[in-house]
Amino acid sequence: MTSLPPPSAKKLGLVIDLDTCVGCQACATSCKEWNTQGYSAPLTDTKPYSADPSGVWLNRIHGYEVTEQGHEQSRIVHFPRSCLHCETPACVTVCPTGASYKRAEDGIVLVNPDTCIGCKLCSWACPYGAREYDESHGVMKKCTLCVDRIYNEHLEPEDRQPACVSACPTGARHFGDLGDENSAVSQLVKAREGYDLLPEMGYKPVNKYLPPRARRDAGTSKLVELPKGDGSAFDKLFSWADRLLSGKAQGARADTIDYSGRLEG
Amino acid sequence: MHPAYSVILFTTASGAGYGLLALLGLVGFNHGLASSMAFALAAVFIALALITIGLLSSTFHLGHPERAWRALSQWRSSWLSREGVAAVATYVPALGFGLVWSGLADAPRWIGPLGLLTAGLCAVTVYTTAMIYASLKTIRSWHQPLTAPVYMAFGLATGSALMTAIATVFGRFQNFQVIFTIAALLLVALLKFCYWKAVDAAPRTHTMENATGLGRIGQVSQWEVPHTAENYIQKEMGYAVARKHAARLRNLVFVLLALAIVLMLLSLAAPVISFPAAVAALAAAVVERWLFFAEAQHVVTLFYGASTA
Repeated sequence: MTSLPPPSAKKLGLVIDLDTCVGCQACATSCKEWNTQGYSAPLTDTKPYSADPSGVWLNRIHGYEVTEQGHEQSRIVHFPRSCLHCETPACVTVCPTGASYKRAEDGIVLVNPDTCIGCKLCSWACPYGAREYDESHGVMKKCTLCVDRIYNEHLEPEDRQPACVSACPTGARHFGDLGDENSAVSQLVKAREGYDLLPEMGYKPVNKYLPPRARRDAGTSKLVELPKGDGSAFDKLFSWADRLLSGKAQGARADTIDYSGRLEG
Repeated sequence: MHPAYSVILFTTASGAGYGLLALLGLVGFNHGLASSMAFALAAVFIALALITIGLLSSTFHLGHPERAWRALSQWRSSWLSREGVAAVATYVPALGFGLVWSGLADAPRWIGPLGLLTAGLCAVTVYTTAMIYASLKTIRSWHQPLTAPVYMAFGLATGSALMTAIATVFGRFQNFQVIFTIAALLLVALLKFCYWKAVDAAPRTHTMENATGLGRIGQVSQWEVPHTAENYIQKEMGYAVARKHAARLRNLVFVLLALAIVLMLLSLAAPVISFPAAVAALAAAVVERWLFFAEAQHVVTLFYGASTA
């Protein structure tokens, strides 16, 4: 049934810390690795080694540049995006076959690959881009919250969490029951003022995002001013070494070095 | 949104087919037995053929066409499922109506009820088709009160133009058909004009800042994309027609509608001109439907660099 079940007490989901995420893609890679052999298997890549590769990923990491008022330098925010396992997801109710469903017991949103007809309507209904169509299998794929790990008694208890959470080297991803206000994830959301993506759409995402922490002070984001040469013997020595290393035409003083990050002279 | 040709063909062909079928049903309800069996059979056949071609083309774009029957099960929540149910249900009275209205089966007292039921189910089916799109909150230009009326008016106008052309072939051309078609075409033009006006005037309330929630710290721009090659979301949801082309194509829709009206008027003098008039009306429907998809912007594009949606 694609009509939604009554709200479950248990709301399993992820809490993603945008402050500590470093954009290393470990979560995306481990997600792909687990799920290409798990519930959603296989997560197909087409023409992976040609000029026009494409593939199905259940977790993608965007990067955004945020320009803050009062700060000279902008900051980069790495932004992992996957299914938010909404409480009232339109992707489920639009499904004509019942293949897309929300589990009554824990709120996980899944696609049954045996009954999906591949009409793609659920991906149109999702504002978060969480669903990707698998061209080679003709069915929709999405994050399963690693339903085949979290209850898997063949795994060690510490491994019974989503692959992306296990893989994250900075601890930026947290898994738990967001329906229980005393759970560690709920406490974290409360302490860090975790937020919903596009709450105005009305789908009530379960996953929460923790905003980047404020910078300590505006001074940390100032453009670096390098000291001017003081004409000392050391300064002359460095200038000479710099000219020697740079070649005749490109003699540059340290205070004119371009700090934009480009390596070429 | 990516304008899939199968869906454009489906919505325009089946729209015209349901419009034609509904009008035939109303003619039967009003006049009883058809004056010519050949005309009745041909008209009902053409209507059902258009509907069937449309429905088949919509199933061929599925990943698993052989599972299409499953789409009839979730009518409680899904407009797509409701459309499937309504489309299949319409065949039953439509076939019965074709038999009794043409005179193949001798049951004149069933012509009225079956004609009315067929017309009603045709309207319901086109409405459910439109609601598949109109119910999606993620696409601002579809989630509009005028989306469903435009779909229904296009079905009625193209169906009416077809009926006039088919009637001409069987020597059953009547001035009333022309007047009705022109009225329907004017209704289409008016509704579509209001639709585009409403879409253009509606505020773009979603921004990259509120989609990512990063607006709380500052102004957001895209720095790095989450892929090394274009992905499904971009191909399906990221399609955008250039604004200047969209403006020209919008004008083309009105030009084609005006052409259809002029040709319909000329057919009062020479009925055979109702053929090119019907072609112009169908062409207007195809261009309009292509734009309906190509102009639509999905909210997810905010995560991929669009500043507003």
